[in-house]
Amino acid sequence: MKILVFAEQRENQFKKTAFEVCNAAIKLGLELNSEVVGLVVGESVSQIASKLGGFGIKKVFVVEDPRLKNYSTSAYSTIINQIIEKESISILFLSASAMGKDLAPCLSVKLNAGVASDCTQLKIEDGKIIATRPIFAGKSFVDVEITSDKKIFSLRPNVFTAGIASNETAEVLKFEVELLEKDFSTIVTEVKQSTNKKDVAEADIIVTGGRGLKEPENFLMIEKLADSLGAAVGASRAVVDAGWRPHDEQVGQTGKTVSPSLYIAVAVSGAVQHLAGMSSSKYIVAINKDKEAPIFNVADYGIIGDAFEIIPALTDEINKLKSH
Amino acid sequence: MKILVCVNHVPDTTTKVNIASDNISIDQNGVNFILNPYDDYAIEEALKTKEKFGGEVLVCSLGGDQHKETLRKALSMGCDKAVLLKDLSVRDSFSIAFALSEFAKEYLPEIIYVGKQSIDYDDSQMCGLIATFLNWQSVTVVVKLNIEGSKVIAEREIEGGHEVVSSSLPIVISAQKGLNEPRYPTLKGIMESKRKPIDEKPAAICENKILVKKMSKPTAKSKGKIIGNDISAVKELVRLLHEEAKVI
Ligand SMILES: Cc1cc2nc3c(=O)[nH]c(=O)nc-3n(C[C@H](O)[C@H](O)[C@H](O)COP(=O)(O)OP(=O)(O)OC[C@H]3O[C@@H](n4cnc5c(N)ncnc54)[C@H](O)[C@@H]3O)c2cc1C
Ligand SMILES: Nc1ncnc2c1ncn2[C@@H]1O[C@H](COP(=O)(O)O)[C@@H](O)[C@H]1O
Repeated sequence: MKILVFAEQRENQFKKTAFEVCNAAIKLGLELNSEVVGLVVGESVSQIASKLGGFGIKKVFVVEDPRLKNYSTSAYSTIINQIIEKESISILFLSASAMGKDLAPCLSVKLNAGVASDCTQLKIEDGKIIATRPIFAGKSFVDVEITSDKKIFSLRPNVFTAGIASNETAEVLKFEVELLEKDFSTIVTEVKQSTNKKDVAEADIIVTGGRGLKEPENFLMIEKLADSLGAAVGASRAVVDAGWRPHDEQVGQTGKTVSPSLYIAVAVSGAVQHLAGMSSSKYIVAINKDKEAPIFNVADYGIIGDAFEIIPALTDEINKLKSH
Repeated sequence: MKILVCVNHVPDTTTKVNIASDNISIDQNGVNFILNPYDDYAIEEALKTKEKFGGEVLVCSLGGDQHKETLRKALSMGCDKAVLLKDLSVRDSFSIAFALSEFAKEYLPEIIYVGKQSIDYDDSQMCGLIATFLNWQSVTVVVKLNIEGSKVIAEREIEGGHEVVSSSLPIVISAQKGLNEPRYPTLKGIMESKRKPIDEKPAAICENKILVKKMSKPTAKSKGKIIGNDISAVKELVRLLHEEAKVI
């Protein structure tokens, strides 16, 4: 049973989630006594590919082509499909990122393989891989087994640990795929970066502001706190709907699902739809002047008080700590 | 142009999820079902596509008779026809997508709209599955869409920004919030929807690839610490985050 890890890169840099997926696959590979190989796709990715050795992967395939600089659903899925067939791979691991979630179902049909999507835990029971995934926006979990011969697992970002890379390097092998024009039927022509901003979906620390901040200008206070922590700024739906903050910052059921190591909710009430997006964070801090606010039910640490007093003081205190 | 929109019937977001006694499904007692929130955006975009190119919008759902309620809502928003692929079996996304794509092979639309994800099983798979079954193109999590002739330019959300995607018809699009402002059903729409028929057809059969072993509830967090009621608590909070939680 051979395992393939699709290691996602953008701009010739691995995503942190690529390492998380490598680590999880290696762990499972050890338990199943299976070889784990990597795959990196892009314009010229040979240089970075050997890095995966630092996470325990001995052999990495690369597929390089100038046309693969940007993501293409059709081309990337053709490549992964071919390597799985040629190398007799039975299990594919990828990240449940925007790219991984786009690829997994296409590969599911091509390979006739079931997909366990957005998994938060993997274990082996009676020799079978059991994946746990959140459903109903985290209000419940389901344990599933994939019954098809080939299996695909996409792992939720920020849940599995990436670990620290060793100095090992992996053997890098070019994998030849003949790409036809039709393989580029769907292709990204431009990536519009939101101005250097940290994205909540990838951040390790998030500071979220809610409607209790009263005016959009008051988010400056939230931004300063976020800066002091190197954190991303998040928003509740109430402030996004009011036009104070862009939709890509929204956390929750109809926004993004996040699981950072620290989530600070400021003047956010903690409606179920908000909790749905963030309750799996490792540590949650709530700052709210209403002691009955439901956010306190999920918080590890809380301060019942006025955000306008507490946030500047907290920012100062953190800056002090960081300057030591 | 023939346009197909697929919709799901799901528990309301505020529903308390209780696990049924079989341990592999949810207890539907007292659960209020609604049109999957992302499917509002899919329906709206389908209606806008029709307004631009002419043609008709057919709305389709796979499930039991309860799904008719959701199909009726889609009709009241302005969809022309509705089909219920009647099926009471337990299906995974793969098997649902197979049946929907078999139906698409009969109806022969040029574009299919689905929602970004169902808010019950949060699978986000339908778009890619249906497209690949049909050997069509697909773009997921779309927030902007422009169709000119057979050319499709879409913008999709990714981490830290957007991707502009170039593709072509026939295509499956998954709609994300921000793509449009869904219209509300008008009184006239509601009246008319009552007269529009909902066709029933059997759903094509396909074996599942996912077996549900058990469901569980998240372990409740032991109640957190309230550190204080004012600014004096700040120092202690920072100490705890640094020394106890070790997250800063
Ligand atoms: C289908 C659906 C999907 C939804 N999806 C989402 C989603 O993805 N994300 C999301 O966030 N919501 C979502 N919602 C909305 C959700 O139900 C809430 O309305 C929303 O989260 C409330 O935002 P809020 O906490 O900022 O505002 P409010 O609920 O108005 O809370 C403001 C809080 O600020 C506190 N406060 C006021 N002044 C101060 C002060 N000076 N200092 C400290 N605290 C103060 C108040 O005590 C209060 O708790 C969804 C709703 C529906 C129906
Ligand atoms: N039973 C169903 N019948 C019709 N469409 C569905 C069904 N289930 C899911 N869909 C569509 O697929 C989208 C994504 O769902 P999912 O892949 O289940 O998260 C939904 O928003 C619907 O548009």
